[in-house]
Amino acid sequence: MLSPTKTADGYAAKRTFSQRIHIDIPLLLGLLTLMAFSIAIIYAASGQNDAMIKAQVIRMGISLAAMVIIAQISPSGLRRWSMPLFGLGLGLLVATLLFGHVGKGAQRWLNLGIVNFQTSEAMKVILPIVVAHFITTYALPPKLRHVIIGFIIVIIPTLLIAKQPDLGTSILVASSGVFALFLAGMSWRIIGSLIVSLSAFAPVLWFFLMRDYQRQRVMTFLNPESDPLGSGYHIIQSKIAIGSGGLSGKGWLNGTQSQLEFLPERHTDFIFSVFSEEFGLFGICTLLAVYLFIIARGLYIASQAQEPFSRVLAGAITLTFFVYLFVNIGMVSGLLPVVGVPLPLISYGGTSMLTLMIGFGIVMAIHTHRRVNK
Amino acid sequence: MFLNQRSPIRNTVAESNLFTRRVIIAFAIVCALISVLLINLYSIQVSMHESYQTRANGNRIKIIPIAPNRGIIFDRNGVIIAENKAVYSLELVAEKISDIEQTVTLISNLITISDDERERFFKIKRATRRFKKVTLKSRLSPAQVAKISVNLHRLSGVTIEARLKRFYPFKESLTHVLGYVGRMTKKELQTIDKNNESANYAATRDFGKQGIEKYYQTMLHGVAGYQEVEVNHRGKVIRVLNQVLPQHGQDLYLNIDVRLQQQAYTALAGRRGSVVATNPTNGAILAMVSSPSYDPNLFVHGISTKEYTKLLSIDKPLINRATQGAYPPASTIKQLMAIAALEEGVISETSSINDPGWFQLPNVVRKFKDHLAWGHGKVDVYRALEKSCDTFFYDVAYRLGIDKISTFMYQFGFGDYTGIDIHEEKPGIMPSRSWKRARHNQAWYTGDTISLGIGQSYWTATPLQLAKATAIVAANGQRFTPQILGASQQEQSLLQIPADDYAPVELKNERHWKIAQTGMWKVVNSVGGTAYRVFKDASYVSAGKTGTAQVISMGEDEKYDASKMKERHRDNAMYVGYAPFDKPQITLAIVIENAGGGGSSAAPIARQLFDTYLTDNNDFKSSRVLAQRSTNQQELNHAQSH
Repeated sequence: MLSPTKTADGYAAKRTFSQRIHIDIPLLLGLLTLMAFSIAIIYAASGQNDAMIKAQVIRMGISLAAMVIIAQISPSGLRRWSMPLFGLGLGLLVATLLFGHVGKGAQRWLNLGIVNFQTSEAMKVILPIVVAHFITTYALPPKLRHVIIGFIIVIIPTLLIAKQPDLGTSILVASSGVFALFLAGMSWRIIGSLIVSLSAFAPVLWFFLMRDYQRQRVMTFLNPESDPLGSGYHIIQSKIAIGSGGLSGKGWLNGTQSQLEFLPERHTDFIFSVFSEEFGLFGICTLLAVYLFIIARGLYIASQAQEPFSRVLAGAITLTFFVYLFVNIGMVSGLLPVVGVPLPLISYGGTSMLTLMIGFGIVMAIHTHRRVNK
Repeated sequence: MFLNQRSPIRNTVAESNLFTRRVIIAFAIVCALISVLLINLYSIQVSMHESYQTRANGNRIKIIPIAPNRGIIFDRNGVIIAENKAVYSLELVAEKISDIEQTVTLISNLITISDDERERFFKIKRATRRFKKVTLKSRLSPAQVAKISVNLHRLSGVTIEARLKRFYPFKESLTHVLGYVGRMTKKELQTIDKNNESANYAATRDFGKQGIEKYYQTMLHGVAGYQEVEVNHRGKVIRVLNQVLPQHGQDLYLNIDVRLQQQAYTALAGRRGSVVATNPTNGAILAMVSSPSYDPNLFVHGISTKEYTKLLSIDKPLINRATQGAYPPASTIKQLMAIAALEEGVISETSSINDPGWFQLPNVVRKFKDHLAWGHGKVDVYRALEKSCDTFFYDVAYRLGIDKISTFMYQFGFGDYTGIDIHEEKPGIMPSRSWKRARHNQAWYTGDTISLGIGQSYWTATPLQLAKATAIVAANGQRFTPQILGASQQEQSLLQIPADDYAPVELKNERHWKIAQTGMWKVVNSVGGTAYRVFKDASYVSAGKTGTAQVISMGEDEKYDASKMKERHRDNAMYVGYAPFDKPQITLAIVIENAGGGGSSAAPIARQLFDTYLTDNNDFKSSRVLAQRSTNQQELNHAQSH
């Protein structure tokens, strides 16, 4: 809980300062710390490119503003708009598949006038709201049929995104929905049978749903040295960067793998490797501590929320944030296949940051729109 | 608040507790997964740190080999006969150029780029590794270099490269001695690999293909240096970390006297033939000419098919006649036959025969004719040499027999490689019973032996072999392996490299040398000697032997053009000799194909060369130059060691 803050006139407020501006200060501090890290690492990874720093700072500003604005919306308001938003989101996904702009070999972008809009990003925010809304409409723990309907809600956008194809985003979208169901209290038996059926589904995924390049990525993941100059190049160079960093790192701006550009995608998906090379294992522990703090704070907020909807939503958003983190670090260090998930709030780029900050805006809204007298 | 709320009775406390439990489980899973990440990162960053550190350095540190400069070749007087000259070429890195077609067009507006060059450029570009330079135009003129240089700012990815290329200032006249260098071939690379020399040759482009350039390739090449540089992922050098300079190849001083060489080449005047001059006292080759010749510089930059086809002409300029042209030695070996006969006791200094103009084997009708149809009358060994009497030597050969002849002649190097320091050499043929059996699967007939007496029959020898055999006679049996190399310039000092000598030819009676030498003296100095008229007003005393060989092909694989048969059926003119007579300094062997009589065609060239070499007192002067160099170097070394 926040300690009560004094307002400017000196009276103890009924609502704390943070509740009035609908911002959770500890969470905000955690996020700002990450952003500070981000600027330092992008500066190193981009080869000291001031223009990129400027662009990223502007994006951070926009994302923070979006977070503040979203935080003003009460959870009940969000809930009211959940179904129309879901409909809009699905419509956009279908439109992207039909009319989308092909970038990097995948249809992810919908050209809306002057803005290229990555439609699957919107779904990252919308889906946990919808699932949380649906599942908490009924008494918890949810009944089997509600879980099934919940899964259907999850699977439809997931498949639409996977078809683009964008494996990374579909994993994130699916996990945000699944986390909502898990937090709502889906029974362990269902969870168990789900794991079994998912393993049965793996061959189907491999043979029928995955594209060649995705299969290639998995193969490379299993043995990156098999193709050191081709698809294994990324992961090999990344591990060399991380490994050569050692305990204390080579020092800021002194990473040879990143400064001499052996590391591909070093300011986006592989920024963690740059960080590891320059700051070593000690740096990583510090960074992970910040992440863990944000996750803990998010889960704490979720557990303090008053309505099931808010609880489930805040928890799902926080856990999805963790999935970003885990998948990204896992893939650059060779634990997971390369799926194209950025390091949350650190990687260069605005789209995922905006989505994440909108998510944290919702979390903050949940924490600060509580009825004062319970 | 809730939409579509169907179950108004909800246990909010239970729901809240359920959620809290789930959150705790979730957080535990989060912590567990983060631990997994950390364990993995620990193993990468700490346990395997060394290995990844090495690989990171392997990424960024590249060793760039630096080719050593090839050693320069001088003649015995310090005249440069093979040097390295800067050659400029225009090179492009395709990956650094946005529009390559446009850039090439832009360049062709500045300097002429032929369609051939353009086509070749794009062909090579496709087969070249990324970010490697591809040559668009080589051998730029200074004007072209200037034109491109002032426009370089508009041409990113375009560079002018200066490379040292071999240059042979004396062109045709030294080709068969020096050979030439050319672009390394795959086969040569394999040999280098096999000798574990690949690191040393990593930056080297040219390789000795023939002659001295090939034989002394290792000495001339030097030791490669390298630069240890930090590169980025595109291979662009960021900075130099460490550098070891290459050691340039050794400079070589040849025994060749380039003035003598050029004079001999000029004297042959494009006729097919060869001149070899050696020093009989040490085996040094003073001149070695093969004519016709060709410009070795053509091969340095890669010869065009058209030019090369010209070199395949019937005159065979590519062949080194001095060492590969196997000619019947004809009368130039008569002094050797005389020595053999004296040694075996079949003649004596005073014995003589009556020459009716022909020789006949007992009970055989066929006559072996003398070149003088009416004969020389009473002939002893001196007169036989002076007049080049054939009948006398038919008789000598008959009485010696094949076995004694071939055994004796082997001592003078016939039928074997001389061991000269170039690889292009043929052994010629010194026939014997076993040779004929192996080569023709026939028994040796006495008739074969007779014409050996006048250096015909199956006997063939190269001009170099003739020079060597003559030198042995001039030096009373002293034998040397003929050697072109005289000295090498090491880092600090000049190292004289004498020719190998080996056991001299031992005669039962040393006076037999004198008899042969006197016979050769008479050829030149006695009125009526076959070379008397050529040398009568010379300022020195020389000895020699003329030869006029009936033509057989110079190479067994040569096909004669029927229309040219007549010209090529003329006799080969030959001459061997040495001077001065009492203290020989130079031995000569001259062969001119299809030029007629040796006395009239070959001996005049010998006269010219002796004149130059002896009257200019070249040998003493040149040895002084070399000696002076070495003393200077020794003084230098001496000074440095203190």
